[in-house]
Amino acid sequence: MIRLVTAFETPHFSLALLAPQLVVFGAALAGILVEAFVPRRWRRSTQIVLAFAALIAAFALLITVTGDAANSLAAKGSVAIDGPALFLMGTVLVLSFVAFLLFAERRVDVSGDAFAPQGATIPGSEEEQEATRQGVTTSEVWPLAMFSVGGMLLFVSANDLLTMFVALEVLSLPLYLMTGLARRRRLLSQEAALKYFLLGAFSSAFFLFGAALLFGYSGGISFNEIAASLAATAGLDPLLLIGTGFVAVGLFFKVGAVPFQAWIPDVYQGAPTPLTGFMASCTKVAAFGAMLRLFYVALGGYRWDWRPIFWVVAILTMLVGSILAITQTDMKRMLAYSSIAQVGFILIGVLSTSEAGLSSTMFYLVAYGFATIGAFAVVSLVRNSGGEATHLSNWAGLGKRSPVLAGVFTLFLLAFAGIPLTSGFTSKFAVFEAGIAGGALPVVIVGVLASAIAAFFYVRVIVLMFFSDPAVDGPTVVVPSAFTTVALSLAVAATVLLGILPGPVLDLATNVGPFIR
Amino acid sequence: MTDFPWLTTLGVVPLVGALAVAFVPAGRERLAKQLALFVSLLVLALTVAMAAQFEPDSTSAFQFVEQHTWIKQFGISYSLGVDGIALVLIALLAALVPVVIVASWNDAESSTHRPQTMFALFLALEGVVVFVFAATDLFLFYVAFEVMLVPVYFLIGMFGGAQRSYAAVKFLLYSLLGGLVLLVGVVALYVTSVHQLGTGTFDFTQLVGLPIATSTQRWLFVAFFFAFAVKAPMVPFHTWLPDAAAAGTPGTNTLLVGVLDKVGTFGMIRLCLPLFPDAARWAAPVVVTLAVVSVVYAALVAIGQGDMNRLVAYTSVSHFGVIVLGVFAFTRLGDSGSVFYMVAHGLSAAALFLTAGYLIRRRGSAQIAAFGGVARVAPVLAGVFLLAGLASLSLPGLASFVGELTTLVGSYQRWPVAAVISVIGIVLAAVYVLHMYKRVAQGPETDDVLGFSDLGLREAWAIGPIIVVTVVLGFFPQPVFKWVNPAVDRTLAVVGLSEPAPTVPVSGAGSNPGEQP
Repeated sequence: MIRLVTAFETPHFSLALLAPQLVVFGAALAGILVEAFVPRRWRRSTQIVLAFAALIAAFALLITVTGDAANSLAAKGSVAIDGPALFLMGTVLVLSFVAFLLFAERRVDVSGDAFAPQGATIPGSEEEQEATRQGVTTSEVWPLAMFSVGGMLLFVSANDLLTMFVALEVLSLPLYLMTGLARRRRLLSQEAALKYFLLGAFSSAFFLFGAALLFGYSGGISFNEIAASLAATAGLDPLLLIGTGFVAVGLFFKVGAVPFQAWIPDVYQGAPTPLTGFMASCTKVAAFGAMLRLFYVALGGYRWDWRPIFWVVAILTMLVGSILAITQTDMKRMLAYSSIAQVGFILIGVLSTSEAGLSSTMFYLVAYGFATIGAFAVVSLVRNSGGEATHLSNWAGLGKRSPVLAGVFTLFLLAFAGIPLTSGFTSKFAVFEAGIAGGALPVVIVGVLASAIAAFFYVRVIVLMFFSDPAVDGPTVVVPSAFTTVALSLAVAATVLLGILPGPVLDLATNVGPFIR
Repeated sequence: MTDFPWLTTLGVVPLVGALAVAFVPAGRERLAKQLALFVSLLVLALTVAMAAQFEPDSTSAFQFVEQHTWIKQFGISYSLGVDGIALVLIALLAALVPVVIVASWNDAESSTHRPQTMFALFLALEGVVVFVFAATDLFLFYVAFEVMLVPVYFLIGMFGGAQRSYAAVKFLLYSLLGGLVLLVGVVALYVTSVHQLGTGTFDFTQLVGLPIATSTQRWLFVAFFFAFAVKAPMVPFHTWLPDAAAAGTPGTNTLLVGVLDKVGTFGMIRLCLPLFPDAARWAAPVVVTLAVVSVVYAALVAIGQGDMNRLVAYTSVSHFGVIVLGVFAFTRLGDSGSVFYMVAHGLSAAALFLTAGYLIRRRGSAQIAAFGGVARVAPVLAGVFLLAGLASLSLPGLASFVGELTTLVGSYQRWPVAAVISVIGIVLAAVYVLHMYKRVAQGPETDDVLGFSDLGLREAWAIGPIIVVTVVLGFFPQPVFKWVNPAVDRTLAVVGLSEPAPTVPVSGAGSNPGEQP
């Protein structure tokens, strides 16, 4: 039952365990101060240095948290620093690092970076042109992005429902804002931001409502208490049933699983491309991390009841994502639908409810994250006078004009399609293996069929790039600065290495051990 | 020299050669071709050197074994080794690649792509297919099986005829679908091995003889067989082959039909039979029926073809039916005969595709109706074309006769009705080959063929060795059988069906030993 606080004791926060998150949040706060006090011409570079320094420092601190320190609860049990949390936090930090390299790129667009010079100006107005002329940049995206990263770090390690909800909001709100900040096609971008915000707020409400119902059921908000209540109840409790369903809705929305996927294509298309890469990779890592912890730790004893729902959602997600991707004519929308299909595959790992399921899901997230950032990085380089040339017809004959870039993009597409010797194959193999071992053979078979469907549209793009003749007034492939080049190289290296020598990362994902309870 | 990694060398040399050829600068095309030819001859020499050390009577199942841990989390190892079956197919591959390179010397000039690419793809294909035949780890086999598609896809898509893009995609999608179904089977077999052995493995030698439950075994068999039936190809999964052959260059077709499709029948005899012996016996009636349908149906369709390449493709589908029939005869004669026929058919298909390619290149059309009276203008070319056709219709004295005869006799021992019906295929073969030859080479010469030059020196050097080997093996097939028989015996021992005793009436006693239980 609900316990009342009788005496106030100073909470012991275990700051050493929370250090990586604190560094990131600290950098975000410092970033706001930079906005306020640093002169305009120094602002952007200061923010970039600050952000990257914070990510590196957080990662370094993360590595030091090993041994006995790992596997303990911090902040009075609200945050769990265990193997999976460390692995997922590390993944978020590394992927953010790569995605932020794209944020910092300012050579591909003649007028500046990927973000609107001033978010407040009306699209197409005099003020906007004036801001562009003066070379104003929205360096506020850096602290916003850092807040989002901090929220993700907290999301994957949250060990009670309230912390998880707060983390969800901290990671989401900056994303809503940044989605509306595209430099080109600003109306589309603002529309996407509004859609994302409304639907996101709706799903957050679902999550919060579900959390309240689960609290009503178990009398506690921490995952241990919910798990303990589960062990003590027999039969179905409506509060548990509806609560589980509602928190699942919130998380399914965040990962973009069918039937909560409708926002993905619009938002991925409208958002500035570097941000799309960041959202598509890091947000999914964080949301799946939270989903794993919630459904394995708190609701693990209830898995026989929620697994059928996951089966249906996984099957629908794979099929809808793959089939609708075929009909797309816009590269960003196609990648968005492809990412929906990938979510279905990752769900196979989640619904296996085993250690293999946990490790294969985490491995998949790493592999998928790198390939996704890489793919969106390529999209940001193929441009015409109106900005990115995302219509599929613009990509015809790209392989003849710039074979290296087309080859790199082909690598990412092959990885999405799950062709051997790319990271996509190893990760699909891992989740299929976990799925079959977990008794989900029908889902795996649908997964295989969906892979074949998905291969069709990935291959279609390859055909278009290599076998078609280039259009006369086709787009140009801009030569990026070192930022994008490094990001692309990292993505390529990860995609190839995780395909050929996945051993070390698989080792890491397998040996992180179970969640602490 | 026994410790020398022969098989790795055989696989890696062409792959490195492919890279080297691909990077030969523009303007030095001749150098690229010479380099490619040199590498392929080097591989041939290495193969001969390796084959010389092969001990047919060895007691171990595999020779030239290499084994290294690759991904230990999944029990995956880099394991290579060959038995007699794999050895003869690798030898066939090594022999055909130099021939194809010489025959395709000028084929890339009519395309918009660099000749370097074409020759690099030939070598890359050779390297990957070596790994397919030599892999004794199922995972490695699967990876090579899938990667093998990539060079063929580009060979068809970049250098083919008018319908090349469509044909390349159709080829890829059929193969991917088959491959993904195989993937489910491979993963499911791995999961089964986890249950049976405690630790999962992909090692072929450990998987053979696993006592797999009947229903599981049947499902696994179906998954494996489906992939190989698409690859082989068998009716009704064959429609991609005529399209691919019609669009491909002669060199591509030779490697595709001559070697690549043998992977399908190789997979049946090397994987389906020993891994799932009970299921293979259970499925044999259906498989044999499909095989007979392939033999007769494809032969009938071949008669009606107006395009030479499509005709040769259909003849191959018909001949693959005979090979599959032999594999599922489960008799020494039938199975050894079918392996021999794989080699013989590789040679005859190569001869027919290459000579047809010579004709098509001169005329600029693959339509049979576009020719007439070639024998008067280019007698040697027409003669070689006839010889290639005769090899295809299994003229006694040529290798395919030995293969077809032993296969059918061996099949008769187990499936008399099926074998008798399949003999119709031989009759129909005479119809379609001679009918095609008559329309192309006999009769009055048409205006279009008047300018035909006779067989050139380079062309003769390409086709000559094939014809020599075909004739030699036709009279002296024993070496191949000596290599293949022990491997076939081992496989049949696992399948566990006794050799049907010949039903020769015994004088006096009146009892028929064939009817003994």
